[in-house]
Amino acid sequence: MEALKQELKENIIEQLNLEDMTVEDIADDDMLFGDGLALDSIDALELIVMLDKNYGIKLTDPKEGRAIFESINTMAAYITEHRSK
Amino acid sequence: MNSKYNISSYIHIKNNQVSLNGSVIFIEEHSIFTNFIKAAYKAQNTKYPKFFKMDNLSKLAFLAADILLKKQNLNVENNNNIALVFSNKASSLDTDISHQKAIQHKDNYFPSPAVFVYTLPNICLGEISIKYKLYTENSFFIFEHFNAEHLIANSNSLLDTNKAESVLCGWVELEGENYEAFLYLVSKEGTLEHNKQNIITLYNT
Repeated sequence: MEALKQELKENIIEQLNLEDMTVEDIADDDMLFGDGLALDSIDALELIVMLDKNYGIKLTDPKEGRAIFESINTMAAYITEHRSK
Repeated sequence: MNSKYNISSYIHIKNNQVSLNGSVIFIEEHSIFTNFIKAAYKAQNTKYPKFFKMDNLSKLAFLAADILLKKQNLNVENNNNIALVFSNKASSLDTDISHQKAIQHKDNYFPSPAVFVYTLPNICLGEISIKYKLYTENSFFIFEHFNAEHLIANSNSLLDTNKAESVLCGWVELEGENYEAFLYLVSKEGTLEHNKQNIITLYNT
């Protein structure tokens, strides 16, 4: 799980072009949206694509994303349970 | 006929350098575009993380506009009545190609939303408008070549009809490593008359 969290942080920084951020800047329980990393709606769509491309998870209900993408902790837990690759 | 409008300021970004009103303010030689534009952005000390999420055309247009508008000492909390009239030849082709690559193969079909949203050239106008809170007229035209006559006609019309107090206009072209931005600000201020000869002279500087 720790390796997955590290991988998620690296991918989020790279895929979402968070230029001035490092892995150390993102705590496992930081809010990804809102007051945390302040990601936007396009970032949310990129995260959905990332789940599909990297882990074979297709989100059919966008409302699911709100809980899944709350933090690195919630993302890692969901991916661990649902990944197909 | 003499123009009642003048060019108050202009900027070039090309050949790995940025020049403002004819003076070079930044050079990064032997650098590919992505490295050059990032270094030029950082040299301006503009704190705007969204810059890094933009496509290359928007980065070029945004940086050129930002450097030029910064010198105007605008209060971004006010409704700055500056219209935007931009043009180029390649439209958003550079990003269109990136998007096409992402959807080329059925078995590896992962279009990026962050890339897709930049598959129109006028998105760069939105980026500038958001940063400077411009709720003004804006348009992006595609021409085979730099078209001074069109810029004059369009910007003068906006000024004549009081749609804007000033117009930021010019040419922002990008295709791979070939890039060039030339923007100028036209209004009743300034001393250089807004006419075809002066625009072409500045463009070729």
